[in-house]
Amino acid sequence: MMKIMNDSKSVSEKFIAPHIAGLPKSGIRKFFDLVNAMDDCISLGVGEPDFTTPWGIRESGIYSLESGHTGYTSNLGMPKLREEVCRYLKRNYHADYDPAKECIITVGVSEALDLAFRALISPGDEVIYATPAYVSYPAGIAMAHGVPVPLPTRMENGFAVDPDDLKKLISPRTKAILLNFPCNPTGAVMDRAQLRQIADIAIEHNLVVLTDEIYSELCYAEEYVSIASFPDMKERTVFLHGLSKAFAMTGWRIGFACGPEALIDAMMKIHQYAIMCAPTMAQEAALEALKRGERSMLEMKESYRERRNFFVAGLNDAGLKCLMPHGAFYAFPSVKETGMSSEEFAEKLLKEERVAVVPGTAFGPGGEGFVRCCYATGAAELREALVRIKRFMGR
Amino acid sequence: MMKNKVLKLLRENARMDFAEIALRCGISSVQEVEDIVAGLERSGVIRGYTAVTDDFAVSGGAAMVKAIIEVKVTPRRDGGFDHVAQRIAKFPEVTDLILLSGSCDLLLTIQGESLQEVANFVAEKLATIDGVISTSTGFMLRKYKESGRIMLNDENYERLKICF
Ligand SMILES: Cc1ncc(COP(=O)(O)O)c(C=O)c1O
Repeated sequence: MMKIMNDSKSVSEKFIAPHIAGLPKSGIRKFFDLVNAMDDCISLGVGEPDFTTPWGIRESGIYSLESGHTGYTSNLGMPKLREEVCRYLKRNYHADYDPAKECIITVGVSEALDLAFRALISPGDEVIYATPAYVSYPAGIAMAHGVPVPLPTRMENGFAVDPDDLKKLISPRTKAILLNFPCNPTGAVMDRAQLRQIADIAIEHNLVVLTDEIYSELCYAEEYVSIASFPDMKERTVFLHGLSKAFAMTGWRIGFACGPEALIDAMMKIHQYAIMCAPTMAQEAALEALKRGERSMLEMKESYRERRNFFVAGLNDAGLKCLMPHGAFYAFPSVKETGMSSEEFAEKLLKEERVAVVPGTAFGPGGEGFVRCCYATGAAELREALVRIKRFMGR
Repeated sequence: MMKNKVLKLLRENARMDFAEIALRCGISSVQEVEDIVAGLERSGVIRGYTAVTDDFAVSGGAAMVKAIIEVKVTPRRDGGFDHVAQRIAKFPEVTDLILLSGSCDLLLTIQGESLQEVANFVAEKLATIDGVISTSTGFMLRKYKESGRIMLNDENYERLKICF
């Protein structure tokens, strides 16, 4: 009996495509299970805002349903929303896109990434992505039959991409570079001069740049620069953004991609067959967010900035060396001086002090020796987390 | 301006300690925050610190009766509404008092032990003040929001504990 069951399992397993079977289910599933089983821990392990969507935005979603807007929208997304997105990008990023042909509304940046990977990658093409990185990147590239090539960044460089490191990884199979600044998990931001160097390399080697700027509003530096705003980069850049983070809309699932017509058109084909369109009521709420949500967004940003100042100072004070992150809502302190690995540190901190952080190793090469702490967490909890971390470090 | 940043935080949570305020605002010393707050208190910008409470949720003991009263006033040639307003403000029963544009002049909130006490106050003290033309009283039945705090308990929505 036992034997038959085992056999049947392996039979079904064999149905699975090798490039999917080979995907890791996330290296630290075990740690996640531990956290989820612990009822009363303070979690700094989330990747989303602690605000609910501002009411004005929620109310438009409700109004959209009340008005009976329950059908599909145009495949590219509601024209009004695309126009608003392009206005928003021109105003805030100095990037010019034609709403009719160079912009597509997607189911979060997650879908936009998937569309870009599938549209660009032929089997065996390499995509270089800066690490530590959002965990979906290598998986998304591999699912599109590409080869993910990690490009580790270092704390000494403020976790910015080092152009020399990048050049070393470029091969004849390199198709694209994927950037994510402000960065999940490091909070790093790259400035104009640094981005210019990357742009020059992309042009020299004829590479596409995919830039995931989902945290771009949450940049606390003086100036925010998008690589998509460089005029000579437009033909080779896909700008990916969405409303999840800055507008606290993770559950609405709205993102967008902007780029040269040919690339957006290719992405559109996949989107049209695989998805049809992003949810209608969420598109209407997104429209409201871009039109009238800026004030609420800036208030949330201010609150993250304050909490960042407080929390990062507290980490350093506790003996965890941490750079002041210039964007997103993550602190990425080094735990090297404790002598523990990231995973050991995270597990011990969870067991002994009931504080959950994400081991840096989850984010790929360059993540060992660090942990990610999300400071988009209630003020009282942050305060208590620091007390516990200090106590933990004192042992 | 640092002063405004400190004020903003205190308005959100007056119990936040000075060390945290310093860190959040990027002020280098706790002493500096103390000085800013002391200055704000001295100059009368900060008038006090209170708790935002849901009075209707207090169980046991006599709940306070509260009313909002619109008052029409004849302004004086010298000093407009200030004279009457100052007289009204001095009654301890009056918890809030503002000058309003529109159909009434003064809007005040008053508080008493019972409906009768509030009614008496309006009839005997308020309406009889020289310059008061009329009053219109509405008793508070329930409070939904005060100082940015919603009093209804929202259903708890559980956020993911950990994700990428
Ligand atoms: C860097 C990065 N890109 C993309 C996403 C996915 O965002 P969305 O909700 O728009 O799919 C996340 C979410 O955590 C992220 O951190």
